[in-house]
Amino acid sequence: MSRFDATALGRRDFLKVCGAAGLTLAAGSTAAAEPGEFVANAFVSIAADGQVTVTVKHLEMGQGVATGLPVLVAEELEVDPAAIQIAYAPADAKRYNNLFWGPSQGTGGSTATANSWEQLRKAGAGAREMLVEAAARRLKVDRAGLVALNGEVVHGASGRRIAYGDLVGDAAKLTPPDNPPLKAPADFRLIGRAGVKRSDSKAKTEGTAVYGGDIRLPGLVTALVARPPVFGAKLKDFDRRPALALAGVVAVVPISSGVAVVGTDFWSAHRGREALKVDWTTPANPPSTETIRRDWTALLDKPGLVARAQGEAEAALGRGSKRLSAVYETPYLAHAPMEPLNCVVKLSRDKCEIWTGCQFQTHDQAMAAKAAGLRPDQVDIHTLVAGGSFGRRANPASDYIVEGVEIAKAVGAPVRLMWTREDDIRGGYYRPMFLHGFEAALDAGGMPSAWRHRICGQSILDGGPFAAMIKDGIDFVSVEGAANLPYAIANLQVELHSPKLSVPVLWWRSVGSSHTAFATECFLDELAHAGGKDPLALRRALLADHPRHLAVLELAAAKSGWGEPLPPGKGRGLAVHESFNSFVAQVAEVTIGPKGEIKVDRVVCAVDCGIAVTPDVVKAQMEGGIAFGLSAALFGEITLKDGAAEQSNFHDYRCLRMSEMPKVEVHIMPSAAAPTGVGEPGVPPIAPAVCNAIFAATGKRVRKLPIGEKI
Amino acid sequence: MISLMINGERRKVDASPDMPLLWVLRDQLGLNFTRYGCGQGLCGACTILLDGEPVRACMTPVGELAGRRITTIHGLEGGVAKLVKAAWVELDVPQCGYCQAGQVLAATVLLRKNPKPSDADIDDALDGHLCRCGTYRRIRAAIHLAASRLGGAP
Repeated sequence: MSRFDATALGRRDFLKVCGAAGLTLAAGSTAAAEPGEFVANAFVSIAADGQVTVTVKHLEMGQGVATGLPVLVAEELEVDPAAIQIAYAPADAKRYNNLFWGPSQGTGGSTATANSWEQLRKAGAGAREMLVEAAARRLKVDRAGLVALNGEVVHGASGRRIAYGDLVGDAAKLTPPDNPPLKAPADFRLIGRAGVKRSDSKAKTEGTAVYGGDIRLPGLVTALVARPPVFGAKLKDFDRRPALALAGVVAVVPISSGVAVVGTDFWSAHRGREALKVDWTTPANPPSTETIRRDWTALLDKPGLVARAQGEAEAALGRGSKRLSAVYETPYLAHAPMEPLNCVVKLSRDKCEIWTGCQFQTHDQAMAAKAAGLRPDQVDIHTLVAGGSFGRRANPASDYIVEGVEIAKAVGAPVRLMWTREDDIRGGYYRPMFLHGFEAALDAGGMPSAWRHRICGQSILDGGPFAAMIKDGIDFVSVEGAANLPYAIANLQVELHSPKLSVPVLWWRSVGSSHTAFATECFLDELAHAGGKDPLALRRALLADHPRHLAVLELAAAKSGWGEPLPPGKGRGLAVHESFNSFVAQVAEVTIGPKGEIKVDRVVCAVDCGIAVTPDVVKAQMEGGIAFGLSAALFGEITLKDGAAEQSNFHDYRCLRMSEMPKVEVHIMPSAAAPTGVGEPGVPPIAPAVCNAIFAATGKRVRKLPIGEKI
Repeated sequence: MISLMINGERRKVDASPDMPLLWVLRDQLGLNFTRYGCGQGLCGACTILLDGEPVRACMTPVGELAGRRITTIHGLEGGVAKLVKAAWVELDVPQCGYCQAGQVLAATVLLRKNPKPSDADIDDALDGHLCRCGTYRRIRAAIHLAASRLGGAP
């Protein structure tokens, strides 16, 4: 059997490659069984030629679900994962929901492997049991004498063997078992083993993977949208004539987010948008970073809503032998995936089809239906791979999907909506800016005795469809990583202010932990130094009741050579953080140049994510998480001036480059626990580890991100 | 009409001379393997080879390209390219994959000129290619792996 690339176009897929001239769509559906096919369940089907197809319900955006999820099936089905063909699931909340999210299909919160862990092993085992049963009946032998092995059912006593493909007709007539037996972990031959390769490397190396912007339909037009230059502004008036006068511009239509300029191709639409004249309203009090900082600094002096309280923090603050306070700040951040947002929408009287790297299928389906004036079941979503997302494509407003549908409706033709990089950087849905105000006290022995942490920043959940998840005014994603601080400090209080602003905000790879880990792990480092303690020793003392934190901390420290002397100008810093039920510790080593230039030389990372299903993908996610977090720590910053983002493209929204990438060593903790998050947990510790290393090298404390090129 | 030589094939396009090659490739010729990332020559996702040298297709007006040899990832051939692509797959370099065609093109040109590049040489050649997934370490390792198999022959 030939290796199949997850991203290329499959047998069950609906696309036909028409030569080098691109893609044209043919009719068809991913749902129907082909003749002679054994559809074992929602995830596994086997064709008469033995080809196994695994349906992947999650978005492949680089994090490796198209590799790890089929491995869960292959382990139990006893097939070679490299021979599996992958189909991306249609939007179907009943069959393909995220089991951690209730009746909703989507990818996020580092849940893809964790929620699929039992489901996909059962899917593989169920198919296997049916094939074995079919073989037992065919051979008229006791099924106890049969084993499934490498795509065949083998009768040990006689040596007879039947390929899966020869059993599909019989197996299809059997009833799927409810609880097929699963392998004991000791018997795993794929899960947790080295050597499993990514399913998509070849297609992505050769450039043949299909992303949203690659879809071509007969009569397809391309749309760009002119959106308000200032957050909170609305469309007042526009003159479509200068745009329509240009060759290739076919329509200019107002939609709810702005004015869409529609062209025969991207370049025409782009030129049309430049020519378009639009008047926008001027919102009152448009926010600027400076005014936000001033207002929120004042808020930090006031008590917030209490997210966690133990002991008596206020009283204990006054009783310590040493008191410390500090304010930490993190900026707005754009996700800036390499593939700017896009989608293709084809609308007819009773159907809406959408092609995109879809991260929120059920929600996007409902929002698209609303925009189209259809029922959700009339919306088909064809999920493609995404060129990154980092949270941007999981948008409760379904912003780019709704835009695509509105334009398709207005122009009466299939539409490819494209966002430019400038649209992406200026378009909001940022990781919110946050201020963190700390007060702490040390006892006579230099140990923390009180910790008060006030967090101030916009709520992501507020005002959206998930607002019901806000409890007693506390948006848990604003305080995650802070309210569950693991350190044994007797008097501890975490408070939250959630001021409202017109800037749209969204989760960004590791969400709350992307800022809380920086603030808490740096401030704890301050307490260690103020109390005369080694940062590792202090954490060790405060984490006695948190063995998984402690274990990754010890592992990273040992592998990094923590405590060994470094030459002048170099420093080591560490951080440990739990996010998405995984535990990651990182030790960063930095060199400070003669003019204060910062070079991050090496990062040692230890991760406990339960069973690492595909260890090399886990390593890749730690490497990538470190790069993503470091990019933000060093350079990432959206600043606002009078309600508009001041950055627009990669020249002023700097991202980490090859020459700035440190050496990264990843160590995975052996574990028998069920898998937990991997895509995000590598991000939170890197900023504090680097800032703590800078302090170790220079004695200078970084309390505001980004750090910049120099200290 | 503008006559272009793309991946060894003569193609005629009816495009305004100032239209960037990227959009001619993608929207007129359906050659999707060259990708839009920034439109300003800042990220490298749209890299193609012009007479064997890497350039940013998003900043290259098509009117200037008559008689020039254009190579996209799809037409990238030869011993070095084969070794580079094999090393990329062997080390599972890609994550989201969107930037990788540009990275592979740049790496291939580097190795054609310099079969034993140092880390600094790799930085020089690839620093303009952004990867938001952070596959840089693996890119570097894949270039060294491919170099080790070149046997000094460019």
